[in-house]
Amino acid sequence: MSYDLKEVCKDIRCDIMTSIGHLGVGHIGGCLSVVELLGVLYFEEMHIDPANPRMPGRDRFVCSKGHAGPAVYATLANRGYFDRKELLTLNQGGTNLPSHCDMNRTTGIDMTTGSLGQGFSCAVGVALGSKMEEDGATIFTLIGDGESQEGQIWEAAMFAAAKKLDNLIGFTDYNKLQIDGTVAQVNDIAPLADKWAAFGWNVIEVENGNDVEQVSAAVKKAKTMRGSGRPTMVILNTVKGCGVQWIVDLGPGNHNTNINEEQAKAAIAEIRGE
Amino acid sequence: MEMRAVYAECLAEMMEKDRHVCVLDADLSKASGTRNLYERFPKQMFDCGVAEQDMASIAAGLASYGFKPWIESFTPFATRRICDQITISISYARQNVKIVGTDPGISAELNGGTHMSMEDVGVIRSIPGMVIFEPVDAVQLRAAMPALAAYEGPVYMRLFRKTLPDVFPADYKFDLFKADTLCEGRDLTIFVSGFLTKDALEAAGQLKAEGIDCEVVNVHTIKPIDRETVIASARKTGAVLTVENHNVIGGLHSAVLEALAQEKIPAVAIGVQDRFGEVGKMPYLREALGMRLEDIVAAAKKAVTLK
Repeated sequence: MSYDLKEVCKDIRCDIMTSIGHLGVGHIGGCLSVVELLGVLYFEEMHIDPANPRMPGRDRFVCSKGHAGPAVYATLANRGYFDRKELLTLNQGGTNLPSHCDMNRTTGIDMTTGSLGQGFSCAVGVALGSKMEEDGATIFTLIGDGESQEGQIWEAAMFAAAKKLDNLIGFTDYNKLQIDGTVAQVNDIAPLADKWAAFGWNVIEVENGNDVEQVSAAVKKAKTMRGSGRPTMVILNTVKGCGVQWIVDLGPGNHNTNINEEQAKAAIAEIRGE
Repeated sequence: MEMRAVYAECLAEMMEKDRHVCVLDADLSKASGTRNLYERFPKQMFDCGVAEQDMASIAAGLASYGFKPWIESFTPFATRRICDQITISISYARQNVKIVGTDPGISAELNGGTHMSMEDVGVIRSIPGMVIFEPVDAVQLRAAMPALAAYEGPVYMRLFRKTLPDVFPADYKFDLFKADTLCEGRDLTIFVSGFLTKDALEAAGQLKAEGIDCEVVNVHTIKPIDRETVIASARKTGAVLTVENHNVIGGLHSAVLEALAQEKIPAVAIGVQDRFGEVGKMPYLREALGMRLEDIVAAAKKAVTLK
């Protein structure tokens, strides 16, 4: 079955706004920036079965920037892992959809993440496990640009290259913003592609990481690099808050921001182009 | 036989039987006694280099894939250095990872204060979901390894890596969650963990000659502590001495006192009195930190006078 990815991404974005808007606060900016990646992975590229979420040998996705949980939940719900109505329980007491990803609570979540840097190492462990099982799975993982300041990211980068984990495809949500300011101001990670290359990874740069066609092409290209003996990092140049202008305009302030249901409705209209 | 050799032998038996058992190192496989397993089990042994955080989270990833990883390093680097990775990647995520810290407390000897974990039990004990085990001798270690492996969840073992005298008989039956009463007494209970158990028994022997009848209980599993045994013994004797190779804050002493919080029973602590370690050999360190046999005897007498 093929999907209209642009429409899929609109649906995911709208559901992010609905769930966070219903709650009143959340990590909106970094959820909206990764929608195209999630759409491409879950609706096009990943070997998965929503009816059998723990299917052995499935592809896996580790959202190391765990605060993008609401974006992953919106994606999973739209893909049929659980009812979209559940999205309204986001961060409510007793919910199965906590702010940061939890594999023991949420159907379809492959790894618990939230303490930055750790999920990436976990993904490396998952990729190593898949190699040991020889099950042919591809392991996808997403890190933030601010998260890339964590030393553990580079420990894991070194190990993945040393162990030739070419079944591992990483993505950096390079939206250039973090909580305290721009990444360049706070503690610059540039030149990012050079760093990954120096660590022994294949590097693919995507000029517009919020363009589904560019993202889709990059993921397909990354998959062809299996057999290279190197893991691959796809650097997605994205816009934090992409799809809702006033959120984009908040700049670093859009990392975790308040929103009311009216604002959420207006945002949804904007996303739908109404 | 060195404790690490027993440990490595047990791991080898497990890896032989189960290809999902694997071991991760952070450049200290020689110290942990597992170096020679790399040749025998090349597909199950992984050296992460000097990157303990990565090692811990990789192990969690492997566990999520159905593997049964053991990670190992010196005690401080297997605990306080990777406290967050143990907390989130392993325990919060409910991953079946076994964590082995070698050279606990003063047994780090010549590596000195930087390598002496006086706080590892305290650090790990405050993380929900963790089990903490400290073996007394090779007999107990050998009996415990299959039980640790069979337990589906994270366990931290603080492993004295050199040779220790046998305390337990060859037919010793191990229960991970049950403390072992080594000798019964009426006047005082000595709760002890790790290599100091031998000294606690010797102290009990000396005290008996002086008319003080000690019960000695080996608390090999410090978390979850065997409350039933601890409370019953303390009620029976009415006085408590805890003996541990760890800060008296956060470790066995704290765990025993928490179990006894509702009881009005005096307690004295032998252990590291909230200070850092320093370089030296065991006899010097035991004297400097007040952990000799004579210190235990004196503390036991003091505990009895507090009744």
